[in-house]
Amino acid sequence: MITLQINGEKHKIDVAPEMPLLWAIRDIVELTGTKYGCGIGICGSCKVLLDNSPVQSCMIPVSAAEGKNVITIEGVSKNLQLLQDSWTALNVPQCGFCQPGQLIAATALLDKISDPTDEDINEAMIGNICRCGTYQRIKNAIHRTVELKKQG
Amino acid sequence: MNPIKNISRRTFVKSVGLASGGLILACNTSVFSDKEKDENKDLTNFNPNLFVQLNSDGSLILIASRSEMGNGVRTSLTSVIADEMDADWTKVIVQQAVGDAKYGDQNTDGSRSVRYLYEPMRKMGAMARAMLITAAAQTWKVPVTECTAENHVVLHSSGKKIAYGDLVEIAKNLEVPTEITYKNPKDFKYIGKKLRGVDTEEYSNGSAIFGMDKRLPNMKFAAMQRCPVTFGTVKSFDKTAALKVAGVIDVIEIPRIAKPFGTLGGIAVIASNTWAAFKGKDALKIEWDLGDNASYDSEKYMKQITENVHKQGKVGKDVGNVNKAFKNAHKIVESTYQLPHLAHAPMEVPNAVAWVQGDSCEVWAPTQDPQSARKEVADYLVTPEDKVTINVTFLGGGFGRKSKPDYVVEAVAISKAINAPVQIVWTREDDIKHGYYHTVSSQYLKASLDKQGNVTGWLNRFALPSIASTFSPGVDYPAGFEISSAANVPFDIKNMKVEVGQSPAYVRIGWLRSVINIPHGFSQNVFADELAVAAGKDPLDFRLNLIGKDRIEETEDPIKYNTARLKNVLKLAAKNANWGKPLPEGHAYGLSVHYSFYSYVASVVEISMAFNKVKVHNVYTVIDCGQTVNKDTIKAQMEGAAIFGMSLAFYGKITAKNGAIEQSNYSDYKMIRMNEIPKVHVEIVESTEIPTGVGEPGVPVIAPAIVNAIFKLTGKRYYNLPLSDYGLV
Ligand code: FES
Ligand code: FES
Repeated sequence: MITLQINGEKHKIDVAPEMPLLWAIRDIVELTGTKYGCGIGICGSCKVLLDNSPVQSCMIPVSAAEGKNVITIEGVSKNLQLLQDSWTALNVPQCGFCQPGQLIAATALLDKISDPTDEDINEAMIGNICRCGTYQRIKNAIHRTVELKKQG
Repeated sequence: MNPIKNISRRTFVKSVGLASGGLILACNTSVFSDKEKDENKDLTNFNPNLFVQLNSDGSLILIASRSEMGNGVRTSLTSVIADEMDADWTKVIVQQAVGDAKYGDQNTDGSRSVRYLYEPMRKMGAMARAMLITAAAQTWKVPVTECTAENHVVLHSSGKKIAYGDLVEIAKNLEVPTEITYKNPKDFKYIGKKLRGVDTEEYSNGSAIFGMDKRLPNMKFAAMQRCPVTFGTVKSFDKTAALKVAGVIDVIEIPRIAKPFGTLGGIAVIASNTWAAFKGKDALKIEWDLGDNASYDSEKYMKQITENVHKQGKVGKDVGNVNKAFKNAHKIVESTYQLPHLAHAPMEVPNAVAWVQGDSCEVWAPTQDPQSARKEVADYLVTPEDKVTINVTFLGGGFGRKSKPDYVVEAVAISKAINAPVQIVWTREDDIKHGYYHTVSSQYLKASLDKQGNVTGWLNRFALPSIASTFSPGVDYPAGFEISSAANVPFDIKNMKVEVGQSPAYVRIGWLRSVINIPHGFSQNVFADELAVAAGKDPLDFRLNLIGKDRIEETEDPIKYNTARLKNVLKLAAKNANWGKPLPEGHAYGLSVHYSFYSYVASVVEISMAFNKVKVHNVYTVIDCGQTVNKDTIKAQMEGAAIFGMSLAFYGKITAKNGAIEQSNYSDYKMIRMNEIPKVHVEIVESTEIPTGVGEPGVPVIAPAIVNAIFKLTGKRYYNLPLSDYGLV
């Protein structure tokens, strides 16, 4: 039995310890906002926050997440909700599939750097592919979030 | 005038799962010309359709009959109804239609959802508005002419008003009016404006249900190993190791179904979770009969089709006398362009949930074409189509891949075999290795210039495995629809010839966002740039001259192209980019213009190069797609198309060796990422012409514009893609 703490809730699950966190979240805990895109850590669709750091959940065995705090796209974190608001306001998503991962990566960025430059954004978001090509709006939505925060 | 019936009182209202009691409109209307009907059998069946349901609490359910894959169709189509209905957009609930011919053609590809459905959706809305006005007039016992509708309310000239919801009881018993009046377009509130997507919040908080997110009680998860070579089959397999993987329940063979959308077949692993299914699949030991395609080597193939375009081909078009023009030429220019296969690689891999129970089946799938999925499933189960329900989920991208429901058939085959609900999920590797690939092409272009630099003759000879080969095995020349976009070029050239070379298919060939316009848009735009150089002219002036005087081209197509509109987008793109004005040191422009899906698109790109690597700084795209519906969606599609076009220009290349695809994931089939993006500037031409394509026409202009800019900057011409092959990215 492995105990996962996801979005503040505890889940006792009976899975192989090497099962990637991604599949435990999606198939066992049944939170499907976290997506599978590549399975090899290079598309970012599966990103979650693990003790506030962005990780590719397809690469992390579920055992390594035990005792840590997992936040998914369904979760609550100040910057995540602010970013979601900007995402909606700027109509960022096209198909929407990559956006949970994009939002988690952006949340981690703002948690670390409150006023990121374009370079900071490039660096933080380089691991997230959007096949629909919404990058420009993602960038604008991150800037908008920062601006609104500055205005209080 | 096509008949529209009020079907609120009909029994089948319940059977489609809508709460009874509302005003529900159905119609069997069609805007399609008889000619288009003949050409596409799917279109003839525009039988009773449900699009509008108004409830007494004022909530308004509008049906989206087309699939949502980032195209914004759930917002655009329903906003057309809402506008004509004078409905309050905030009261609208969009409901996704299941796959059923009663909704008319639901095949969401070809950039035609708005083109086909703009008029019918207006009709649905206008009809509802008229009935609500009549209901209010009856309530007040006043003439209809004294009543108007506005924002979910009917108003009387005296100042009285009544909310739409309060009119439901009367309206639902009315006969539908025989005459419909449309709004004056100047009164549009949603059409031609910017609307936020109706699903944006769900996408942003993780609650949107894509195919992969569908869960059913007791649902199993499946993965499948397919033969590395297209159409190879299983000789034997050993499932011992797979069955030892924790969570694996069963291993079964799924035979190939030799139909265009049938499964490739293979060995399916059924498990209690996706990961176990993937691991079980990896543990399989399979001996394959590789079959006829095992010799496919895409590098050798490129040489072969290039030889074929360097000799006489089959004639696809012959106007004037090209040979004579070539003989009398002041200058001759000739070039050969080679473009590789591409894969769709939508962010969400192919997947589907199916539950077969007796002779019935319910499916939840991210499909662009639910009716085709329904037909395939019914055929597979040998059951009538009305026993098959296809629920359309959100699609995590489609780009043409999800028009082909082979993965739906797989889910159904497995569910039937194990007698349980099941979700099949392709791995990303499966997606890259077993797709319906965009064609691989070689194109030879030759043209003659006179002393003034005018083009007097033009020969385009190309070879590429045809999409038709997927439907008719053995087709080994490009088909008519692949010739027409080379033949109907909007250039004013007296002597023109198009020829095609032999080019059989060794993998499944499919359509990928903008389809044949990728190779044709590339060769035509790069070649035109070369001709401008040979003529010693500015590429913009040269191109405007090449398109020639304003005229409507008479093609066989019901929609004609207008060269004035083509020149207009080109001029606007040049203007927006400040074409001709000095750029920062080390920067250069390239331009490109293309007509596809009945829309006119031009792009100017600004690039620089450092250490022999290309950097795209700005893309200025202008589109004329006629009447617009949601301007923000059009803008988003142009932004996305620029990135899609850059991905294929920079990295897009699928190759085959010994019949097997060599790429496997986003690691070797790369995509543009955040650090590589340009600023994309979009202008949308205001127009009252019929609405035309948006999803695809922004793609084909990007790669040639980049190649032309590289030439401008370096004096070096690149004829093949992707640019990563030259170390340029
Ligand atoms: S699915 Fe984890 S990075 Fe792509
Ligand atoms: S919005 Fe479709 S992949 Fe990003």
